[in-house]
Parts: sequence; C-alpha cells; structure tokens
Amino acid sequence: MDRVISLSLGELMLKGKNRKYFEDQLIRNIKRALRNSSEYRIYKEQGKIYIEGFENKEDAIIPKLEKIFGIIYISKCIRTSTSIEDIREASLIAVKEKLQGKKVLTFKVEATRANKNYPLKSTEICPDVGEYILEHVENLSVDVHNPEIFVYIDIKKHAYIYIDRTKAYGGFPIGTNGKGLLLLSGGIDSPVAGFLMAKRGVEIAGLHFHSYPFTSERAEQKMLDLASILSIYTGPIKIYSVNLLKIQKEINQKCAEDEMTIISRRFMMRIAERLSEENNYNALITGENLGQVASQTIGSINVINRVVNMPILRPLIGMDKQDIIEWAKDIETFETSIIPFEDCCSVFLPKHPLTRPKVEDIEKSESNLEIGALVEEALENIKVHYIK
Amino acid sequence: MIYLDNCATTKPRIEVINEMALAMENNFGNPSSLHRLGLYAENALKEARISVANFLGVSEREILFTSGGTESNNLAIQGALKARRGNHIITTKIEHPSVINTIKNYESKGYSISYLENDDQGRICLESLKNVLTKDTALVSIIHVNNEIGTIQDLEAISKIILESGTTPFFHVDGVQSFGKISFSLKKCNIDSYSFSAHKIHGPKGVGGLYLNKDSRIAPLFYGGNQENGLRSGTENLPSIMGLKKAVDIISISGEYERNSINELRNYLIKLVTENINDIKVNSPIDKTGSPYILNISFKDIKGEVLLHYLEEKAIYVSTASACSSKGKNKSHVLKAINLDEGLMDATIRICFSYENTLEQMEIFVKVLKESVTDIRSIIMRR
Repeated sequence: MDRVISLSLGELMLKGKNRKYFEDQLIRNIKRALRNSSEYRIYKEQGKIYIEGFENKEDAIIPKLEKIFGIIYISKCIRTSTSIEDIREASLIAVKEKLQGKKVLTFKVEATRANKNYPLKSTEICPDVGEYILEHVENLSVDVHNPEIFVYIDIKKHAYIYIDRTKAYGGFPIGTNGKGLLLLSGGIDSPVAGFLMAKRGVEIAGLHFHSYPFTSERAEQKMLDLASILSIYTGPIKIYSVNLLKIQKEINQKCAEDEMTIISRRFMMRIAERLSEENNYNALITGENLGQVASQTIGSINVINRVVNMPILRPLIGMDKQDIIEWAKDIETFETSIIPFEDCCSVFLPKHPLTRPKVEDIEKSESNLEIGALVEEALENIKVHYIK
Repeated sequence: MIYLDNCATTKPRIEVINEMALAMENNFGNPSSLHRLGLYAENALKEARISVANFLGVSEREILFTSGGTESNNLAIQGALKARRGNHIITTKIEHPSVINTIKNYESKGYSISYLENDDQGRICLESLKNVLTKDTALVSIIHVNNEIGTIQDLEAISKIILESGTTPFFHVDGVQSFGKISFSLKKCNIDSYSFSAHKIHGPKGVGGLYLNKDSRIAPLFYGGNQENGLRSGTENLPSIMGLKKAVDIISISGEYERNSINELRNYLIKLVTENINDIKVNSPIDKTGSPYILNISFKDIKGEVLLHYLEEKAIYVSTASACSSKGKNKSHVLKAINLDEGLMDATIRICFSYENTLEQMEIFVKVLKESVTDIRSIIMRR
C-alpha cells in the first residue's frame, strides 16, 4: 500500500489525437514546478497523472500543483493491488483518516473499473466495501443519495482509493497555445489578463512602459514583483522594459493635449508588434476593460487596433471591475498592485482625454512625428529582465 | 557620486567600520557576564559612554544607549508621561514623525496638545509658548534642528520662558539633526532629555542614545535585564555603540572645522543656485537660525520627485519632503506649517551636506540642476 497524488486533467481529455502532446507538456510543467523537491516519480495511467514519493508531504506539494494549468482536480490517494481484500483495507484506512476528529455520519462508495476484465463489477464492489467499512467503524451509515463523503475507488492496473479532491484551475498546460506578449503596467488589471490567457495555455512574456525619470525605479520594481507572482502560474517570464519618455515628450510638443493618451497607446502597440515580430510572439495581451478609462472605449480600441496587424487579446474586456479584483485577490497580485506610487507621470495625462477619437484626426496629428525613428529609438534602449 | 541626502543617513566613516569589526572580533562578551570577557565588554561600554558624555558636556551617568532616534524620542516622551501627572503636552507643528505620532497617540488617552505657532521659516513663536504653559503641562517637546528645512530653535530662550513661568514640565529635545552639528550646552538650556542617533554623523544605523538629566525621572517602556539603569533593558549593542563612540570621537576633534567648511559650502551653493536658476525659493533660514547642513529649495513649475530622478541619473542624490502626488496626499506637514504656496509643495527638494562634499561638487551639481530644471519646466509648462 503506497501513497500517491492523482491529477485529473479536465479539458485535456477532449483533445483526442493531440492528447499526448498536451499531457507531455503538462508533465514538463509539473516537473518544473517541483524542481526543488527530493526524488519523486510521475506516471500516466489511463487518463490521470500520478505522482509518487511525497508521502506525508502532500500538503506542501498540493498548493504548487494547484497552480499548474491543465489540472482540474488533485487527490491524495492510497494505491494498492487490485485484490478486493486490499481495496477493502485501503478504503477503511481512508475513511478512518478522514474521520479523525471530525463528525461524519453518512458515506457512499463509488467505484469505476477502467480494467473491464476485473472479476467484480462496480455494482458488486461498492456494497462489498461499504459493508466492510460499516462493520469496522461505529456511528456511520450509507446514504446513496446525499452522502457527506464519497469513497472513490478507481480500478486500473492498480487500485486507487481517495476521499477528498482539491479543485485546481483547469485550462490548458502553458505552452500549448502559442506565445503572447502581455502589456504589463503595475495596476490591477494586466496581471489578471496575463493569468487568464496563461490559463488557456498561452506562454507569457511581458512588456512594460515607463517614463523614467518622470516615474521612479520603484514603480518598475513593483511591476517586476507582480511578474514574479504571475510566474508562479506561468513559469519563467521574460520582461521587456521600454522608456516611453522621449515619445511622450514629442507628442507633448507636437500634438493636441487631449490626444496624448491615445497616441501614446498607439506607440505602445507599434513597439509591441515590432518586438513580437522579432521574438515570435503570436498575440498581444492587454488588461483593457471596456469603459474603464477614456482609452478603453470602443472608439479608442478601434483607433488603437489600426496600427497593428496581429491579434490583440483582451480577456478582461467584458468583466466588471469587481470581478477583476476578485481574480487579482485569488492569484495574489492584488496587494502588490494597490501599493500606491507617485504618479508624476500624470504630468502627461490630459485633463479631458478623447473618448471618441477619429482615425483620420489621429493619423493627421501623428504625421508631425517621426514615428519610425521614435519606435526604433525606443527599441534600441530596451531593457530585458528575466523572472526566474 | 555626489551624495547630498545626509539628513536621511550618512556614509559610515571607515574608522567606524573598522572599530565595529574589531569590537565584534575581539570583544564579543556580554557586559553583564561575570567573567573576564564580560568585564572587557563592560569597560568598552563605559569608555563609549564617557566619550559621548564628554562630547555633550554631561556626566556619563546621564547617557543611555538605545536603538536610535525613534526609540530615544519614544523613551523620553512616553517614559516622561508615564512618570508624571498632568495631561497637557506642548510641541511644535514641525516635529519629526517619531515625536508627532507618539504625541498624537496621547490625544486619545485624554491629553490635550498645544502646537506652538511658527514663522514662515519655522522659528517658533516664543510668545505662544508663554500663553500655553500651565500647571497641567507635563511635557514640552521641541525639535532642535528641523529635519526638512533646518530651522534651529532657540533652546536657551525656550528654557528661560519655562523657568520664568513657574511651571515644571519635562523638557525634551529631539536632537537627531543637531547632535554633532550644532554646538550648544545641554546644561545651560535646562534640558531634561535630548535624543540622538549615530547614523546621522557617519556612525552605524540601529544605534543612538538619550541624554537624561540625572534629576529627571522617566519610566522604562519595556522590561528585562535592567540594563542602562533599568531604563532600557536588552543586551547592549556593543559593536554599534563602539561605532557611535568612534564617530563621536572624530567629530569632537574635527567637528568645528567640518561645520565651518559646510557653512561655506552651503553659502556657495545658495549663491550658485540664485545666480543660475530663476523662479526659486529658499525655504531654509540662512542666518544663524538655520543649520548649515540643510538647504530646502523650491523650484517653480517642477515636480520635486521628477527632479530627484533626473539628478539620480547623474549620480547626484537628494531628497524630497513630499512624494509626488496628484491627489494632494503625502504633502509635507513642515512645508504646510511654514505656509509654503500650495503650488510649491511638491516642487521642493532638500539638500543635506556632509564633510565629504566639496565646492567643486557644488559646481557640478548646479550645472546638472540647471539643465534638469530647464528640461522639466519645458515639459510641464506646456501642459
């Protein structure tokens, strides 16, 4: 009788022929998350992934596994031979462990056989094991409709017995859905946007814009702290840091005050696209959220989109602010996001930014600027940080 | 590098670093131990106490070592209020947070607090002190040299007013920015307690002390092995105290020379800034009521923090009293108290000197300062 951790794979199960590719990527991600652990072994057995070697250390390992996308449930299992005697014994141990100190009155045994050659049918295993448990534990009864606990028995090459399962995020393993470049500010929204796309399997890189010396190095450090929290879910993140001050100064001098925000945004997208071309990112990701600020109206989004020819993913576009905050709290970026910082950059914030900019007007204003040269200069002065 | 943030902290002198390393290597005993190693440590501690006492012109029994300025201010204020009757406190509007926040805490405990008026350079109005002293006054707490603008208060005049009023409050002086930088006599000013910190005078961080007049009573804030006359329990931080001693020994020899050259440095800087940059306002007193170590200047139409980062790019380090903010938070209470224009509040930087600064550095500094101010103004004025 051994202790193992089982992982259920959620949407991956629907992947048909490609399933092996997804599973192998998931196993690589698991190995990376557990790279500082002592010896362990991972194996696949009929639809689930099992990890052995963490007996008595499950509670330290499970929180790490919970943050790996592609996993939907995690359980602490007892693994035995498939003999009915061993299954009975293991089930009893599982129930006794569950009962420790807690009052549970009703249970139900639920068995599945992947191994159809197994001599007993599911409908025979359940009453057999249930009866054995009833004989050995007092004050317990079976309730097949609304039990307080389930005793799950999976019969495969081995038999696996477990009671509780922890829900994880689901989604797809990082790296199975392309690479995205996340525009990472330092606020609440962008880390959540990165998280949500990573959850769909997108590998994340980050792009940060600052206006040093109009912003401080501490603000950049805050963004790196956020990226470092995000990397717990996404794995290593490469962050590009671009100083936008020169461009802002030019816009400040040569364009109308109320166009500052929208034209800056267009420059950010141009820079992001150029970086993507050079580094093979398939999409841009932003934390934009419809209506939140002036640059996030449909009109502004239209004007912003015009400068690039690649997809811009906006996973937060239809969410309410409160829901975004809930996610930020859940993934633990919120506390860092709300650390207040000097907003000297407000120097460049127009008093009344355009909410309904027209493409032609903006293009006309931009004709006063050396767009290509400004973008090149910004790219030349790029700084790269590696998170983990 | 041109380091001009010496009110925040100073660079430890190499002699201080060596002294501390020696103390850790050769004299690690606990002064309370009965064996010989304890005795050696106790002797070193005694020497340090004598050094500091001599420097301040007081008795060694009147020096307590603490973890620094904040603890010393807390020990004096809370310790005195614990040991006294009376529920009235007098202080100024321009104290350091370690005093102001400690005193504010007593408001909720039923104490009333009088804040003395001051003029537009931070000198407190002595008349207002006369008017608020009462038999109920338990504590008068005054910052000797203000940490943001450098105003020196006239402690002799203040003590005279207290004496003539016939009241007997505990008179605490926050000396963190004056210790080793202003020469004066504690005894002449009838001060009950005076706080100081080592890292403002090129000593280590995490150590400082309190002068406590031998006739003044305070209660301890925490309990333990009754070190420091029972007023500050805890094994003495001997390596740091030895560092403090070394820093004090050096300024007792070279202090006057350093003060004079820093005075010259400040005057030269004021001259250069006034000649080269327009629309400025010097907020520090530049006569004998201002510390030569601190110069606070506002530059119209700039943001102090942006200027700070411009300077930092050129390896010049200054500070701002207020963090840059559009929401009106983080404004300096000191700049408010001297009625500085709202628009200049975050257009202000603080320049604080040390013996390491030179006249040539001031020239480089002003050159960079001028370029930076011009550039920032060209951006901000367009808005």
